[in-house]
This record gives sequence, C-alpha cells and structure tokens, in this order.
Amino acid sequence: MSQRKRPHNAPSSQSKGARNSMVLLADEDDDVSYTQPSTSQVQKGLDRLTPAQVDLKTAEVVQFIFVKDQKKIPIRRADIVKHVVKEYRNIYPEILKRTSRTFETVFGLSLKEIDSKNHVYILVNKLDPPDGELLSMTPSNPKTGLLFVILGIIFMKGGVVKESMVWNTLKKLRVDPGEKHVDFGDVKKVVIEEFVKQRYLEHVRVPHTEPLEFEFRWGQRADIEVSKVKLLEFMGQLHDQDPQSWSQQYREATTPQASTAPSGPVSQR
Amino acid sequence: MARPLGEVHKRFLQTMMAKGIIDGDKAKALLRHCCETHGAPINDHLDEFIEVINAQLQPMFMQIRKGMSEEDGLQYYALVNMAETDVTRMSSDYADNELELFRKKKTMDLIVDSDTGTASSTDILNCADSLQTKKLKKKETEHVLNRLVQDEWLKEKQGEYSLSTRCIMEMEPYIRRFYQDQVKLCHICHNVVLQCQMCENPTCGIKIHVPCVARYFKGRTDPRCPACEDFWPHEIPEVNRPSSQSQSAAKEGRAPKSQSTAQTSKTRRS
Repeated sequence: MSQRKRPHNAPSSQSKGARNSMVLLADEDDDVSYTQPSTSQVQKGLDRLTPAQVDLKTAEVVQFIFVKDQKKIPIRRADIVKHVVKEYRNIYPEILKRTSRTFETVFGLSLKEIDSKNHVYILVNKLDPPDGELLSMTPSNPKTGLLFVILGIIFMKGGVVKESMVWNTLKKLRVDPGEKHVDFGDVKKVVIEEFVKQRYLEHVRVPHTEPLEFEFRWGQRADIEVSKVKLLEFMGQLHDQDPQSWSQQYREATTPQASTAPSGPVSQR
Repeated sequence: MARPLGEVHKRFLQTMMAKGIIDGDKAKALLRHCCETHGAPINDHLDEFIEVINAQLQPMFMQIRKGMSEEDGLQYYALVNMAETDVTRMSSDYADNELELFRKKKTMDLIVDSDTGTASSTDILNCADSLQTKKLKKKETEHVLNRLVQDEWLKEKQGEYSLSTRCIMEMEPYIRRFYQDQVKLCHICHNVVLQCQMCENPTCGIKIHVPCVARYFKGRTDPRCPACEDFWPHEIPEVNRPSSQSQSAAKEGRAPKSQSTAQTSKTRRS
C-alpha cells in the first residue's frame, strides 16, 4: 500500500499550470487586497524606489515571518501584503525573492510555499539535524518526542492511521490522551490542534463513517523536515530491530524522492 | 560584499535565535559544537566569527551584541533587534497599552530615573492609571508584568523590577537616546548603568556597576570614589569569575592550571 499522492508531492513543473489558474481565483476572494503584478510592473515599481527602500521592506518581511514562525504557524501571503508590504505591493514578487534568498544565505532556512492556492508559506530548516537527533527543533521541547512517536506510527503503518489507533498506542506508552499530561498538557489538543496547525500532521475525516472517524497522515512540514531514514533508525532502536528488516519502509525511506523536499524554494511569485 | 556564511555560522545563528542570550562560556562551547557538527576545524576566535555573522545580519537590523550583565558581571552574547518598526519581536506579542506600560514614560522611566535601577511594583501599578492608549486594570497590569518577566524583558526580586541583561543590551541605544539627560554611564566601564552603587558625595554622585565595583576595589582596604576621592561607603562584593577555567579543567580531569588551558587552545587553533 503506497502513500497516496498528494498535490504538494507533485513535481513543480506539473503543478505550475494549475497554480497559475489558481492565482486568479485566490485573488478574487480571499486575497482581495493583492493582485499579482507583471514583471514589467515590478520593474517599473523598482525603478521608482531607492535600493535602500527595497532593502528596508525586505528586512521588515523577514522580521514579520520570523515572528509568525516562532509558533510555527503557516504564514499567508495576504497577511504579509496587508501588514508589511502595504504600499510596496507592486514589487511584492521581488521582495519575496529577496526575503527567500536572505533566509537561505543567512539563516540556513528555506521559505516554502505549502499551499499554492491560498499562498501559504512555512519556514523550514535546511541544516541537517545534529547527529542522533531527528529534527533541528528548538532544543528540549518535550513535545518533539510525542510528535515523533506519532509520525513513527503513521510511517510504519504505510502513511495513514485511524485516530483511535494513535490514542490506543499512546495509552500503551502510558500517555493517556483523556488525562492531563505533565509535559504535554491536553494531549489531544496538542496533537489535533497544535501539530496540525504547525503542519506536522494532517487530521482528516474518513468519508462515509458513522459515527465520525478521523485519520492521521504526515503533514507537509514533516515531509520536508523529518528524515525517514533517521525515523526508521529510531524505530529500530525502540524495537531492538534492524531498520532494514522493515523492507517496505526502508525502501521508501531511502528512495530519493521520498526524502527530498517536494518543491524548490520560493523563487518568484 | 560581506563574506558568505557557512553552515557553521548558520547553525550558530539558529541557536542564538532560539536562545536569545547566552553567556560567554556557552557561546564558546556552542561555536565548538557547531564546528564539530559540520566537521570544520575548531574555531576559537568567537568575536571574529560573530563579526562575520553580524555583517550579514546588519541589513535585517539584527545583531549579535556582546555585553556585561549588571548582576553577575559576566560577558553575554545576545541576539538583538535594532529595528524600531512596528513588526519587531516585542511589539508582536504585546498590545499597544501593554507596550506603553513598559516603554514610553512608564516602567522604563521609573527604572532609569531611580538611583538603584529598579522600580517597585506599587509605583508601576500607579503609573498604569495614566496610560494614554487604553487603561489597564490592576490585575491586567500584574499580568503584563508577569509576562514581561517570563519573556525576560524584566527581572523581579521581592516586588522590585529591573531591566534584564538582554533588555539592556537590546535597548541600550534607545536608552542612551531617549534618556540622555537622566541615564548615567558607569565610571569604570562607561556603559549605561542602572543597577549600581553610587557615590554619596552630593557634588559627585558617580555610578558604578556592582560587578565593576567588585573588580575595581578588589583588595583595597580603604575604598575611595575614583572621581572625588571620598570614602566609598558601600559593601564591596566578591568578583564573580567566569566558570570557564574550572569547567574545562574538570572535563579533562585536571586541576585548574591556567597555563595548560592556554596551551590546549593554542594547539587547537593551529
């Protein structure tokens, strides 16, 4: 059973056509404040500004994204334009390009568009996690452990699991989702709200079920930031088993397309 | 063009962003750790290393700044934000009236104007009545103060609030500019001084950081003000030494011998 292909897993060349037509739709409803300027409009806009002005605006966008990223909440283009870019909206593509370049060259981070319809971005770490660690996350966050157990369950079960199964497995590990946990607090809330909001997990309804059933998949941030090879090694240690003995998972973890990020960094949009 | 950053620089910077402030020893250890992680030769030139990062941070109005803590006298490195725009880190987390309580004409004023570099909770609560943006109730003010302490902008000791080391490092240019008539510079290190000892001679009244006092008067039996020569009437504290020497010695299982430590760092450098 292979993981179902999700839109963000498609190579960027394929989704480009779709993306362009989406732009118009998005601009009409949600993103009313912003229309994508043409290249010549951008050039004209740049000619009217001093380089210092453009640099300043870029710095403000960088700061804004950092602030939003502190809680790992995805950032909407509409918010960047509305709160920061403002009267510079005609050169927004250029500003985003420079912002993206700054994140890469200075901070070792990458600004990735995870929703090409609504233009939503997340900041992901480009540096490899240090040895023995699964993720370059803010150090000593106890929730990371919880997250990894869940990502592990999903990965070992072929990419998707029922919600009830996650709760049952956690119970076996003495984390009762019905009770307040010392480190995690309200476990269900952390998993269903926080991890989902941060795009580490996807939590979707299973169609045609009564009573309602939900399932978990990996979220886009997990796809980009979490190494499946390292996760498998972690599972191996947990079960005292050679990671290669899970042949299907091992194959998926080691095939290049599974471990590389779905699309390139933001270039011009 | 500034030098491009390597992975060692980027990892160091990412950690600084997560931690906000670290002391000098930890900064050195962090640099070593980053070098090891990327298989780079060990770099002991912390300040030069940071300068390279700062050249790249400058267009973003950010900087890794070095400064002394008014409390323990140790060197610290803090990632500070120099931008005064409305998207800076602090303003995103606080409402306008909460910011007003902290900055303009309120808590900061009380602290800077005081002789001790502290403001009592009573005085801060009183000034909350006169906020222009939107009044804060007593409970709300206490809550904001707690958050400011939690976020390490303020420090609290028995109902007295002072500015944290990181806050002073970040706000120093602001303090110098907006409080140039009130704020004093330490007579010894010439940095902004808030928490201090003060000469009691009314015509003198110089201020010295407590750790600077400790260093300056160390071993003197008859402490006198370095400016007016009057008797220095305060208790002279002990010098607080950075733990680096004893720590690295303990790691290597040796008695602290400054010579041997110097030697190791020399061999490492080459």
